[in-house]
Amino acid sequence: MIRILRQIFHTGIVTEPLPPIVDPEIEKIGVRLEEVIKRRFRGSLAIRQVDAGSCNACELEIHAINNPIYNCERFGIHFTASPRFADMLLVTGPVSRNMEIALKRTYDATPQPKLVVAVGECGCTGGIFGESYASLGGINKVIPVDAFIPGCPPAPTALLQGILKTIEK
Amino acid sequence: MSRLEQIVRAALGPDAIRDDSLFPSSLSMLVVPRVRFAETAKALKKEYALLAAEWATDETHFDRGFGIYACFRKEMEYLIVKTYAPTDDPTFPSLTKKFVPAYRFERQMKSLMGVIPVGHPDSRPWIKHEDWPEDAWPLRKSFDRSQIMPRVFGEYRWIRAEGEGVYEIPVGPVHAGIIEPGHFRFQALGEDVINLEEKLGYVHKGIEKRFESMSWKEGFRLAGRVSGDTTVAHSLAYCRAVEEISRCTPPDRALWLRALFLERERIANHLGDLGAICNDVAFAFLLYQFHRLKEMVVRTNMKLFGHRFLMDRIMPGGTMVDIDTEGVIKIRTELEWLANEFERIVVIYDENASVEDRVRDTGILSPEKARDLGMVGFVARASGLNLDCRIHQPFPPYDRINVNVRVLISGDVHARAWVRVEEIRDSIRIIREILDTLPEGIISVPIEAPLPDRSGFATVEGWRGEILYWVQSGKNGEINRCMVRDPSSLNWLGLEQCIHGNIVPDFPVCNKSFNQSYSGNDV
Repeated sequence: MIRILRQIFHTGIVTEPLPPIVDPEIEKIGVRLEEVIKRRFRGSLAIRQVDAGSCNACELEIHAINNPIYNCERFGIHFTASPRFADMLLVTGPVSRNMEIALKRTYDATPQPKLVVAVGECGCTGGIFGESYASLGGINKVIPVDAFIPGCPPAPTALLQGILKTIEK
Repeated sequence: MSRLEQIVRAALGPDAIRDDSLFPSSLSMLVVPRVRFAETAKALKKEYALLAAEWATDETHFDRGFGIYACFRKEMEYLIVKTYAPTDDPTFPSLTKKFVPAYRFERQMKSLMGVIPVGHPDSRPWIKHEDWPEDAWPLRKSFDRSQIMPRVFGEYRWIRAEGEGVYEIPVGPVHAGIIEPGHFRFQALGEDVINLEEKLGYVHKGIEKRFESMSWKEGFRLAGRVSGDTTVAHSLAYCRAVEEISRCTPPDRALWLRALFLERERIANHLGDLGAICNDVAFAFLLYQFHRLKEMVVRTNMKLFGHRFLMDRIMPGGTMVDIDTEGVIKIRTELEWLANEFERIVVIYDENASVEDRVRDTGILSPEKARDLGMVGFVARASGLNLDCRIHQPFPPYDRINVNVRVLISGDVHARAWVRVEEIRDSIRIIREILDTLPEGIISVPIEAPLPDRSGFATVEGWRGEILYWVQSGKNGEINRCMVRDPSSLNWLGLEQCIHGNIVPDFPVCNKSFNQSYSGNDV
C-alpha cells in the first residue's frame, strides 16, 4: 500500500496542461466539450463504442482518450457497456458483412435521442477495404451517421474534437 | 538438406519432389501426391514437427487445379508440403487426426476456397458465417470480389451441455468494452465453465481476396491493416516475403530501423496489455499507470516517425522514414525514463496480494496442451515452449543482436503477463543495442516485380507471436495469392482450453491475458 501511495505522489497529476507532457490543444477542446456536455447532456455523455469490422487501430486510439493524459472522463464523457443507456454510438470499421446485423441491432437498442459518429477512414468511406463481398464500405451504408472523424487511425485529439463537433450541432 | 525434408523423403521416397519456385531457396517445398498427403503429415508428426499453417490456393490459371499447402515447423526449420486437388474433385485428406490446428485451418479452407477436407469431423463453416450461400467461395478466381453477398437461412449448431443447473451464456459479438467483436458461448454450471466455444469471423473483410487486386508495391498498406495494433510486424512480414520473391535485399540501415520499429511496437502493446490485465482484476490504478507509459511511447513514435503506431513506415525495399542523431538521443532519454518508471510499476504489480490471488493459477494452459494446439508467441512461452522467430528464423539485425527468450511453465494469467514484463525489459535493451550499432547508408532500394509463378515466404515475431506470409506471383507477375497467418489463428484455440476449471467472471482476464487479434484471425 505504501508503494502505491508513493507512486501516486511520484506520478503527480499528468492531466494538467503542462507543455512538455500535455498538448495545449486538448485543453481548448476539453473546456468547450465540458460546457456543451453540461448544457446538453446534464454533465455526462454516455458513449457506446461498436467495432463494426475495424483493424483495431481505431480502438487503440479510443482507449487512449481514456488514459490519464487525455482523460476524457473529466469532461463528462464515459464509455458504457450497454447501448440501452448510451447517448452516442462511436462506430469503427467499414462494416464487415458479418457485423451488419449486430450493428443494426445495437443502433435499434439505443434509445432516442441518439447520435452516431463514424470513426476512421474505414468508418467514413470503407478505407482500404472499400466495398466488396465482405465489406460494406462505411457505416453510413447501414445506419444514419451524424458525424465523421477521418484518420487512419484518428489521433485522440481528433477524436475529442469530432465528438465535440457532433454534440454542438 | 533440412531434417524435415529428410524425414519426408525417407517416408515417401521418389514421390516427394522438390519445388524450386519457393524463395528463400534455403527453405524447402516438396510436392507430394494427394493420396499420400496425410501420410506425410504422420511421418512429420512422429518426428515432433508442428503444423504452423495450412492453406489453399486457386492455381487454375496455371492449369494446376487447387493447391493445398501445409507448413510444418520443427525448432529452426520450416518445410512446406504441397499437393494438388483437381477442379472436378476439390478434396484432400484432412490432417486433423495428427495436428489439432488443422481443425480450424481446414474449416477455413473449405469455407473460403471450397476445397473439402475428407475426414474432418466438423462440417460447420468457419470465418464465413452460416447465413452465407454455401457455394460462395470468395478465394476462387471465378468469384467476383465486388458482388453483393445475399443472406440465406443457416443454422450454426453449438456443442451443448445438459443437466440440472446447466445454462448457456452467449457473449458478443458486440462486447462490453472497447474491443473487437466475436462470439463466445459458455456452457456453465453456476459460475464454473464446463465448455467454451468461440465463433469468430465477424470482422472478416476479405483481405486475402483484396490483396489479389493490389500491386506488390502497394500491398504493404493492406498488410499493415490486417491487425492495426500489429501493423509493423505484419507489413514487415509482407515486405520480407515480397523481397524474397523479387530477390531484393534492403540496405542494412533499413533492416536495423525495421527492427527498431518492431521492438517499439512490442513495448507499446505489452504496456497496454499489462494495464488491461490489471484492470480486469479491478486494479484500475495500474491500468492508468501503464497507459501513461504507453502514451509516451506512441508520442515519441509520432514525433520521430510521423505515426503513433508506425503504420505505413515499412515498405518493400526498405523503410519510409529515417532517424537522425537528435532522434537517437530522444529515444535514449525516453528509454531511460521509461525503464525507470516501468520498474516502479512492476514492483507494485508483483507485490499486490489481491492481484496475485486473481492472476495466479487462473486460466492455466498446460505445456502439453500448448504444444498440441500449436501455440506460438508469448502464450507458448508462458506455457513452457521455447519459441521465438527472432532466434529461430533470424534476419538482420537479429543475427547479430542477442534476444533473451523468457520461458515460464505455469501457463496461467500471471505467466502470460510476466513474459510480457520480461519482453519489455529485453526490448528496451535491444533498442539500445540497435541504436549503438545502427549502420550508415540509404534506407531503401528499388524493387523489381517478381517473375511469374514464384512464391515467397517470410516469418516475423510480432508482439503476439509468429506471423507467416506466403505470397505467390501469377502468370503476369501479379499477386496470385497472399496467405496471411496471424498467430491468433492458432492461439485462439488456447483460450478455449485454458478456461476449463475456471469461473465465468475470470473469463475477461483470461481473454485479456491472451489478447489475440480478431481482425488478424478473420482476415
